[in-house]
Amino acid sequence: MTQSVVVQVGQCGNQVGCRFWDLALREHCHVNKKGLYDEALGSFFRNVDSRKGDETACGVGGRIQNLKARAVLVDMEEGVVNELLHGPLHDIFDSTQLLTDVSGSGNNWAVGHMTYGSAYREQIVQKLRRAAEHCDCLQCFFLIHSMGGGTGSGLGTRVLSLLEEEFPEVCRIVTSIYPSVEDDVITSPYNSVLAMRELTEHADCVLPVENQSLVDIVTKIQHMSHGGKPGLMIKRDSSIISGQGVLVGAERPFDAMNNIVANLLLNITSSARFEGSLNMDLNEIPMNLVPFPRLHYLVPSLTPLYTLADVYIPTRRLNQMFSDAFSKDHQLIRADPKRSLYMACALMVRGNVQVSDLRRNIERLRPSLPFVSWNQEGWKTGLCSVSPVGHSHSLLALANNTCVKPTFMDLRERFNRLYRKKAHLHHYLHVEGMEQSCFSEAITSLSSLIEEYHHLDVNKGTLMHDTPRLSICR
Amino acid sequence: MSMVTLQLGQCGNQIGPDLFGILSSDALHGPRRSYGAASRERFFHSTAHGDLVARAVLIDMEPKVIKQSMAKAAASGTWRYGDASHFSQKQGSGNNWANGYCVHGPRHREVVEELVRREVERCDRLAGLMAMMSVAGGTGSGVGTYITQCLRDTYAKSFILNHLTWPYRTGEVIVQNYNSVLTLAHLYQLSDAILVHENDMVHKICSQLLNIKHISFSDVNRVIAHQMGSVLQPSLSADSHGDYSRNPLGELVSTLACHPEYKLLSVCTIPQMPSSSIAYSTFSWPGLLKHLRQMLISNSKMEEGIDWHVHPHVASERPRSLTGTSFNVSLANLLILRGKDVFSTETGGFEDPALYTSWLSSKEAFNTWKCPVPFNKYEKSATLVSNSQALLRPLDTMVGKAWNMFASRAYIHQYIKFGISEEDFLESFTSLEQVIASYTQLS
Ligand SMILES: Nc1nc2c(ncn2[C@@H]2O[C@H](COP(=O)(O)OP(=O)(O)OP(=O)(O)O)[C@@H](O)[C@H]2O)c(=O)[nH]1
Ligand SMILES: Nc1nc2c(ncn2[C@@H]2O[C@H](COP(=O)(O)OP(=O)(O)O)[C@@H](O)[C@H]2O)c(=O)[nH]1
Ligand SMILES: [Mg+2]
Repeated sequence: MTQSVVVQVGQCGNQVGCRFWDLALREHCHVNKKGLYDEALGSFFRNVDSRKGDETACGVGGRIQNLKARAVLVDMEEGVVNELLHGPLHDIFDSTQLLTDVSGSGNNWAVGHMTYGSAYREQIVQKLRRAAEHCDCLQCFFLIHSMGGGTGSGLGTRVLSLLEEEFPEVCRIVTSIYPSVEDDVITSPYNSVLAMRELTEHADCVLPVENQSLVDIVTKIQHMSHGGKPGLMIKRDSSIISGQGVLVGAERPFDAMNNIVANLLLNITSSARFEGSLNMDLNEIPMNLVPFPRLHYLVPSLTPLYTLADVYIPTRRLNQMFSDAFSKDHQLIRADPKRSLYMACALMVRGNVQVSDLRRNIERLRPSLPFVSWNQEGWKTGLCSVSPVGHSHSLLALANNTCVKPTFMDLRERFNRLYRKKAHLHHYLHVEGMEQSCFSEAITSLSSLIEEYHHLDVNKGTLMHDTPRLSICR
Repeated sequence: MSMVTLQLGQCGNQIGPDLFGILSSDALHGPRRSYGAASRERFFHSTAHGDLVARAVLIDMEPKVIKQSMAKAAASGTWRYGDASHFSQKQGSGNNWANGYCVHGPRHREVVEELVRREVERCDRLAGLMAMMSVAGGTGSGVGTYITQCLRDTYAKSFILNHLTWPYRTGEVIVQNYNSVLTLAHLYQLSDAILVHENDMVHKICSQLLNIKHISFSDVNRVIAHQMGSVLQPSLSADSHGDYSRNPLGELVSTLACHPEYKLLSVCTIPQMPSSSIAYSTFSWPGLLKHLRQMLISNSKMEEGIDWHVHPHVASERPRSLTGTSFNVSLANLLILRGKDVFSTETGGFEDPALYTSWLSSKEAFNTWKCPVPFNKYEKSATLVSNSQALLRPLDTMVGKAWNMFASRAYIHQYIKFGISEEDFLESFTSLEQVIASYTQLS
């Protein structure tokens, strides 16, 4: 079995990360009744015997002693991480996994990327190496960060290129939280665009998540649970938004939103943690979903999101789950993949679902989904037999789809609005190592990315003929 | 004689246990002692404690599937896998043929060869080797191809059969057509014969003949295992003089794959029905064979929905295009009959020269194996292994899709990363176009 290491950077990264750890523990608790440290647990947790000190990890098969998250926590502020250390999750981290500073990055990408990036480079690398040494087969790094701030965006993307340098073989999957239009960070467009360039160049896959979509989903769920239509009731024990993990009780702002992202991570890693009749390893994600190296933004959608009380018959509900994965209000960015062009699509299914269910639904949905001419059957599927807590089945769809283009264009537009006035620019330019060219190169990179998606879009309508085949002389 | 089976990747390791399961229960409950003994010698060896151990080597680049298969076998109570005849790593090949073929294969060559050697040395008389895998993933296809190549070097004189599972057309793996093209092009140079099951076809059998509502991979695998079993279990040919213990692989190859341009074999079996209905059904040989013959010439893998309008033409009058003809021309056929009254059964319908190419006489092109022992609960059953145009259409589709993708160079960077170049792809495309051309020219 392989292991993965989660690297959470900045306030957002750490807050989302902690929801992930909480829910992951809850999931394993639910499945692992014997209290033994199994391989599934081993993929994200170490089992250490605290009496013998940190270095003596216990092997698979023994009793659970003391679980430690395979994680590296980085923040240039102390607040969030400190809160963590005093909270219920403190047991699963130890101080050697943490790196904090006191002064923060002031929502300035340059401070995070350049200043802290250079100052803490050695320490970060050392912590990453240490986490890697604890794994006997390290498959994947999950980087969690936000695009809008300074630390997650700036230092987070610096960590990304360190990962590439130090561990070129290990897959890098990044979960990036994109700011909403009304974001309180004024410089978030700068930070996001500067970060985008790094993501485009150094990540294997990026799972973009927009805060606005999370807000929309949470609002809708709350509306439904406070007596929307009669007969529709939200199951309270569903882990999708309610914060009832194993350890953390009371909910804080962002928790409901972050739970959704945590569920995305739970689902994407489920096949690497549990068995199934069609396994989907993490390295199969970029292999199947990334036809061209730069176009690696995979739009996630999650179902069931709005867990309704059971009023439907079973197969209708299952089919509904598949339909929902393609509807606008289940996407984690504001986009409509059905109206754009698919390059590839993965369906990661959990629970009691068979190949025939998959086949039937793919056949049913295919006609309504536009796929690029050379990948008309661009489906990747995985079946994991362990369903999420409180559900009989679930589905995570990852779409490599040109529908990310409007999000990126919107971001460019917001960037340009600031950049034209040179607003706040001096805060960046006086940071050592930061130059005006960083801005122009970042915006060029984003524009050419948009152009690449656009190119695919415009050729969408034109009916492509089969390429003439090789002819054989006999 | 004995054969050694290699199970590679998830697919190979999931089908394998079902195959050995059927083989063991069939041999155990078979009434004829010589049949049972021949079957056991062929597929199992016995330990000092009398355990039945499969002559199999299990290989995967990740541990989960092998673990399950070993447990499944052990739980059967009738047979198991050898304690030390499996090899797994921690991380799969990520659906990348190049990763399997260029990295994992060479890296683990020695361990795997050693496992195979040990299994081969347990055989008093080696009939040959069979490697089972899918073509769509990375391990079965890539490592499987590499290992087949190693086996070819080490066991130059032995028969090597590859059993391949072809993916659902709307895939589970997006790069499946690339992986399939690379696998098939390479295996065509290495293997003596390539026996193919298409997941789409088997899935259809599950739904239409077996009436299974929620079809799982284990349902699909049981059908594949049943068909494989009915080919591989002992039987008698015209010149075997009542001796069950012949070389199944050798005879399969010599009757069906005598020409290096033509190595693709497909299988169909009749009858297939829910096990609850078997006891209430009776069959006549003429009825079964009439259906089976029409399944052959109209190229349907099931007795349901056969096109009865397809008739044989004399060779000179056949329409000559890939899409135009619905008549499936054979190069060679092997008919295997099992159960009651097999020796008095009339099989003349398969000897009709109009079924075959003009350049082989139907005497050479058609063979039968018979066995009076009923197979796997069916009182009478017939299986046809056919080297014909049956796989031409799916092969052509597969190559066409891969070629379209290749034209835009999508995903190629993932292969280049592990050392497969665009030229390698082109070579594979070329050699499969050759195969397509050859099969097209049968008619
Ligand atoms: N019939 C059948 N097909 C299967 C089964 N498992 C996987 N497949 C098919 O095999 C293909 C995927 O290949 P796998 O065997 O899973 O891949 P692998 O060889 O393990 O290679 P990697 O996982 O890429 O390292 C798909 O076409 C599946 O439809 C099975 O149990 N039965
Ligand atoms: N979804 C989500 N977004 C957050 C959270 N915390 C901050 N953000 C967003 O992240 C951006 C600010 O980055 P932040 O992580 O606070 O800054 P950093 O600590 O310097 O990386 C803004 O767009 C916030 O809306 C969180 O817990 N969840
Ligand atoms: Mg596999």
